[in-house]
Amino acid sequence: MAKRARPVDAVIIGYGWTGAIMAKTLTDAGLSVVALERGPARDTSPDFEYPRIVDELKHAIRGELWQPLSKETVTVRHNTNDVAVPYRRYGSFVLGNGVGGAGVHWNGQLWRASPEDLRLRSRLEERYGKDIIPEEMTIQDYPVSFEELEPHFDHFEKVCGVSGVAGNLRGEIKPGGNPFEGQRSDEFPTPPLPAIEVARRFEVATAELGYKSFPTPAANSSIPFTNPYGVRLGPCNLCGFCERFGCFLYSKASPQTTILPILAERSNLEVRTKAYVTRILRDGTGKKATGVLYVDGEGQEVEQPADLVILSAFQMHNVRLLLLSGIGEPYDPSTGKGVVGKNYAYQMCSETAVYFGEDVEINPFIGAGAAGQRVIDEFNSDHFDHSGLGFVGGSLIYAGATGGRPIDQMMIPPDAPRWGSGWKSAIRKHYRHSAPLGTQGSVMSYRDSYLSLDPTYKDSHGLPLLRLTFDWHENEYKMAAYSAAKMEEIARVMKPERYATISFKPGNHYDVRIYQSTHTTGGAIMGSNPRDSAINRYSQSWDVSNLFVFGASAFPQNIGYNPTGLLAGLAYFSAAAIRDSYLKSPGPLVPS
Amino acid sequence: MLNRRKLILALAPAAILPAASTTSLAAASETKSADFVPSFFSPDEWRFINAAVARLIPDDGNGPGGIETGVPEFIDRQMEAPYGHGAYAYMQGPFHPDAPPTLGYQLQYTPREIYRVGIADANKSSLGSGGKSFADLTPDKQDEFLAQAEKGKISFERIPAASFFAQLLENTREGYLADPMYGGNRGMAAWKWIGFPGARADFTDWIDRPGSPYPLGPVAIQGARR
Repeated sequence: MAKRARPVDAVIIGYGWTGAIMAKTLTDAGLSVVALERGPARDTSPDFEYPRIVDELKHAIRGELWQPLSKETVTVRHNTNDVAVPYRRYGSFVLGNGVGGAGVHWNGQLWRASPEDLRLRSRLEERYGKDIIPEEMTIQDYPVSFEELEPHFDHFEKVCGVSGVAGNLRGEIKPGGNPFEGQRSDEFPTPPLPAIEVARRFEVATAELGYKSFPTPAANSSIPFTNPYGVRLGPCNLCGFCERFGCFLYSKASPQTTILPILAERSNLEVRTKAYVTRILRDGTGKKATGVLYVDGEGQEVEQPADLVILSAFQMHNVRLLLLSGIGEPYDPSTGKGVVGKNYAYQMCSETAVYFGEDVEINPFIGAGAAGQRVIDEFNSDHFDHSGLGFVGGSLIYAGATGGRPIDQMMIPPDAPRWGSGWKSAIRKHYRHSAPLGTQGSVMSYRDSYLSLDPTYKDSHGLPLLRLTFDWHENEYKMAAYSAAKMEEIARVMKPERYATISFKPGNHYDVRIYQSTHTTGGAIMGSNPRDSAINRYSQSWDVSNLFVFGASAFPQNIGYNPTGLLAGLAYFSAAAIRDSYLKSPGPLVPS
Repeated sequence: MLNRRKLILALAPAAILPAASTTSLAAASETKSADFVPSFFSPDEWRFINAAVARLIPDDGNGPGGIETGVPEFIDRQMEAPYGHGAYAYMQGPFHPDAPPTLGYQLQYTPREIYRVGIADANKSSLGSGGKSFADLTPDKQDEFLAQAEKGKISFERIPAASFFAQLLENTREGYLADPMYGGNRGMAAWKWIGFPGARADFTDWIDRPGSPYPLGPVAIQGARR
């Protein structure tokens, strides 16, 4: 029998980036708020303290900060006729857990989307004609424009103390920045860190080829910085333990280092950790959420009544909880009907390893998730003419590893022995003198790529796991081949002793064993009408107007950028509408 | 960012430019005796682990070997840790070991069970072919056996040989390169060998000096320096 907790104005499910943004918004407005987080409480001190945090085995291999798959995972299959099997060990993507979510152990690559990414279908049809989009490709425009999101992108960059250089400042193209970015209203809040060695060589090579490289926008602050909430960040020291770790220096932006400190003392906010939400509850009409049901750390089932429900878990968990709660029509790939689970997408990445001689000191262990890296945007989004190329979308091309972790990031040529005396010689020869270039490519959405509940496998609470039905499509193989060729050209100009490229080619299926990207998207997408989307432009459920859903689950298709900037921009855009309109007169913000 | 180590194993590499000549550098290794008594491995299993690690990362005079750096101790201790018991993996059935390899690990075994079953199977297999258990084969024969297991060209009774080998190699590399507090990488010898400064994690003074050799040796999480 569920215990009934004291009713509150709003309940937040998942206390990562968007949960923190909404907790601030709603408590600012004077609401009583309960935030439910499935994982443990976590903060810089004591959880990310030096030196215990800089432990590769514990954090980057075993994944102490990640969601324990033993309790809950997903299942995966390549197409609708296969039986899905569990994602039993970590590989392809990493799921966050605990306060801060994946915002604790991300890299801090904080990108805005390109303006054309937000109206992709219209843009492609206008520029190339309707035929460029294959029938099975189900891409859609966002129901919100770059110009509407820009103030919110700008604000979030200031919250995070992002280091970088503007490329398009109020319409003026600036040297040293990204000339392809949408118009910015302001410069980055902190200057970039100098390029690490491989990025310095990349700058020279890309300039020789006529490309405009620029510092990766990094939520790794480069100087002491106080954000708009009065929270202080410290300068990044390129410690090499960024991706997969919490930051011990208060440099990498996370909910802990940017927002949570000002919420800690608020009497109208209660954060409950180890609270595993199993269902969003509704009244008899099915159109109004009445709260949530969760299981607490002692196994007690608790009903938390609330007038407003904020679903701000990770992309996959958002979709699963909607399906478990029966909210919205589940997507059916055979008919194309239904919206929940629709348009699951991912990213397709390639890598060129450059192996220099022993006279070139790469110092691979000096690096951060984003700071010190350099990138080009020429072959991303619709920044280049796709006529006759046979694909849409594109990739960032960047230089720089996130560190030189010797177990996981050891770079030796593919023909070097994998063990024995030859392996020992190879790691000695190459470790300090090699580096990766990478592409991060968009993946379009397709009729047959979707999320649903698995019919067989259950989590530790006995609830069905989420099932991914996903494989690569022709468009993405072509996109990857194109961007990998551009990357190889840059590698050649860098004049290493040798280089080797790996990328997915036709015949390679989606492979869960290899870490590629945690940028999974879709399943509760936003759109202009309830027939083809789960949420409206304000991230409000079309079916249940007092339910808002945040995160990359909103993306109708994926982009060639990291998702955090876009999903935070969408959250702040919605937060303004909730504050200015919804709370004054609760109800649908867009007529359906 | 792609995981290159795993990707290379999974995908055929593209064209590679010709190799440059290798410059061999002097080895910086040290040997320490180990009085470690295993908790998880039986004496027979312990002989197997020591023999296998000695071939996967040999003590060949060119850099520290797996035995002298304590890799077997690392593996034994990991088997007693939550990891060995499968605490990080989803272990609910039904199991589909014949699922496509791209869908990842699908065996019903925890790491402890992989070793228990895999070592017994390996010894049975080497006994069957050569009349000797793995640890009693000559180093050349051991290498041959491991190479065959790696490629899945040997049939084990209960576990695919390649799956067992992959687990063994993964844990061996972990033990060699992880922080020494876990029992391997004794004296930070492996970090010294490759030039990784360990838990220093502060390069403020080197941010403005890309391309200059980093001068300091490694430190360990518990404070040891070299």
